[in-house]
Amino acid sequence: MSPVSPWRSPGQRAARALLVGACTLVFAFLVLPTLAVIPLSLNPSAFLVFPEDGLSLRWYRELMHSPAWTRAFRNSISVAVATTLLATPLGTLAAIGLARMKSRAKPFIAGLFAAPMVVPVVVVAIAFYFLFAPLGLVNGFAGLVLAHTVLATPFVVIVVHAALQGFDFEMVRAAASLGAPPTTVLIRILVPLIGPGIAAGAVFAFMTSFDETVVALFIAGPDQRTIPLQMFEGVREQISPTITAAATLLVIASSLLLGTAELLRRRSERMNRPPVS
Amino acid sequence: MPGSPIEPAAGRRRSGAKRGWTFALVAPLLLFLAIGFLAPVLLMMARGVTDHELATAWPLTAEALREWDGRGLPDDGLARILGTEMRASRQAATLNLVANRLNYDRVGSRSLVYATAAAIEEGAPAESVADLARIDPRWGEPAQWATMRHAAGPLTSFYLLASVDRRLNADGRIERVEPEQAVFVEILLRTFKISAVVALLCALLGYPVAYLLASLPARWANPLLILVLLPFWTSALVRTTAWVVLLQTEGVLNNLLLDVGLIEAPLALVYNRIGVYIAMTHVLLPFLVLPLYGVMKSIPAAEMRAASSLGATPAAAFLKVYFPQTVPGLAAGMIIVFTLALGYYITPALVGGGGDQMLSGSIAFYTNQTLNWGMAAALSLLLLLPLALMLFAGRYLVRTVPA
Repeated sequence: MSPVSPWRSPGQRAARALLVGACTLVFAFLVLPTLAVIPLSLNPSAFLVFPEDGLSLRWYRELMHSPAWTRAFRNSISVAVATTLLATPLGTLAAIGLARMKSRAKPFIAGLFAAPMVVPVVVVAIAFYFLFAPLGLVNGFAGLVLAHTVLATPFVVIVVHAALQGFDFEMVRAAASLGAPPTTVLIRILVPLIGPGIAAGAVFAFMTSFDETVVALFIAGPDQRTIPLQMFEGVREQISPTITAAATLLVIASSLLLGTAELLRRRSERMNRPPVS
Repeated sequence: MPGSPIEPAAGRRRSGAKRGWTFALVAPLLLFLAIGFLAPVLLMMARGVTDHELATAWPLTAEALREWDGRGLPDDGLARILGTEMRASRQAATLNLVANRLNYDRVGSRSLVYATAAAIEEGAPAESVADLARIDPRWGEPAQWATMRHAAGPLTSFYLLASVDRRLNADGRIERVEPEQAVFVEILLRTFKISAVVALLCALLGYPVAYLLASLPARWANPLLILVLLPFWTSALVRTTAWVVLLQTEGVLNNLLLDVGLIEAPLALVYNRIGVYIAMTHVLLPFLVLPLYGVMKSIPAAEMRAASSLGATPAAAFLKVYFPQTVPGLAAGMIIVFTLALGYYITPALVGGGGDQMLSGSIAFYTNQTLNWGMAAALSLLLLLPLALMLFAGRYLVRTVPA
C-alpha cells in the first residue's frame, strides 16, 4: 500500500494518525523497558532509580570484582564455546544433508531437528535431569554442554539451511566430476561458499547457550553457575544495581552478536544469489 | 527443491548414491538427537505411566499384588510375603522409597509402613492379614490394599489421574481426590487462561504494528523492524529482570506516576497477575508480529484500491478484503504465542506471585522439592498434550494458506 494517496479523505488521515500513534506506544513498550536498565546501571546510589546526580561505573566495578560474577562469566563462556563447537558441525552437516534430501523421511527428520525448539524447555530440562541424575552427570560440565547442544542445534540447522537456499549445487557436482573426493568438496567448495551462514549459525548456537536459564537451573551444579543462573537468583532474592549492570552487558552482547549474525546472513545471501538469467 | 522436476531421469539414476550421502550427513545429528533428546524425553514420559518403587523394594509382594483380583482383602499368603519383604527392606533401607510412593496415594501410608516394619522387626507375627491388622487396623481396610495394588506396577494410571485431581478408589472406579489435595486442575486452567490472555494481548498490540510495517516502504519498515527484533534477540531473563526493576513498588514506573501526581500510593504491579501479563506479553509479542507481518507483506496493495474504486468504504474494504486474508497469519502468531506461553517458567517465577504460578512451576516443584518424579512426568505429559494439538492445528493452518 502506498503511504500517501492523493484521494485520501480526512477520516482516512485521522485513522492513519491513530494507527501511527498506537504503534508508537507499542514500539515504546517493546524497546524502552529493556533500554531502561542502562541508565539504572549507571546510577551511583544503591537505589534502583534514574540517576540524578551524575553517572558512575560503580556497579560495573562491583561486577568485575565479585568472585561470584566473574566465575559465572567464565562458566558461561566455557559452556557456550563447547556448545558452539559441538552444535555447529552437527547442525551444518545435517542442514547440507537435509537440503539435498529427497527421501519421504525428510519431513520427519526435519521435524525431529526442530523439536528441541518446540518442546517446552521445562520438559527438556527435567528429561535431562531424570536421565543425568542416575548417571551422575547432574552438576557436571559435560551434562550441561550436552543439553545446551541439543537446544542449540535447531538454530544452526535453520540458519545454515537458509544459507543453502541460493547455493548452486552444480558446483559440488562439477568438483566431484573433476575427481574431488567428498570430503574435499565439503571443505574446499561447500564450507567456504556458505561460510558466513555457518558463522551465523555458530553465533546463534553460542547465544542459545549463553542465555539459557531453565535447563541450567535443573542440571548445573554449584561449579557450573552461569550468568543467567546468577541473575535468576539475584532477581529472586534481592535485586541490586549490580544486576542492572549485568543485564546491560548482556543486552549489549546479544545486540552485537546477533547484529553480526544478521550481517553474516546477508553476506551469505549475496554470495549465493542465483545469477539473473 | 526448486528445479528438481527438470532432471527426473538423471536424478533417479543417481538417487541410490545420493540418498547415501545425504543420510550420511544427516546421521550424526539424527543419532545425537535420538540419544540426547528423544530418548530422555520418552524415558521421562514413561515415568508418568509406570510404577517401580514398590516393585523395587518389595518384588515378590508386587508380583502377588498383580495376581490378586483386588476385591476386598487379599489372602494370607500375600500378607506373609509382605511381612517378610517389609522386614528385609527395612534392613536394606529401601523402605522410604515405597513408603513415600504409598503416601502420595493415601496420606498416612508412610507412617503406617514404617510402624508396621518396625513392629515386625521387633517380633510381631506377620503371617496373615489379621496379624497385620493387629499391628495397625488400617491393614484390615480394603482401601489400604487397593492403594498397594495401584502401586504394584508396572503400568499405572495413578500419576495421570492425579494430574487432573482424580484417583482410583478401592472399587477401581475413578473419583475426585479430596478438595484439599485438588490443586492441579486449578493450575492447569490458570495456565490456559494466562496463555490465552497473553495471546489476545499480543494480537491486540501486534496487529496494528504488523499492519503499519507492511504498509510502509522498505526504507521505513526495515529500521522499525529492528525495534521488533531487538527484544526478540535479548534473552527473556534480561527482559523479565527489567520488568521487575521497573514495576516494583519502589520502581521506576511507580516513582514516575507518583511524581506526576497520577497516583497517590504505589500500585502493586509486580508479583501478581498484572505483572505476569505485562512481562509475558512483552517477551512474546515479536513472535506474533513477525509471522503476521510476513502474511501482510504478501497481500497486494492493489486489492484495497480495487475495493475502494468499486465503492467500498475504507472500513468495509479493510474488513471484507484485507482482514480475512490476514487471519491465517494472525492465527499462526496467536498459536505460537499461546503454545510458547503454556510452557513458560522463568517469567511467572520471577514476576508472578504464589497464585500466578503455571504448570511449569509445578513440574519444577515436584522435580526439585518433593522428588515426586512420577508426578512431574505426568504434568509434563499434560503440557505436551496441547502442544501436539497445536502442532496439528498449525499444519492444518499452513495447508489452508494459499500457496
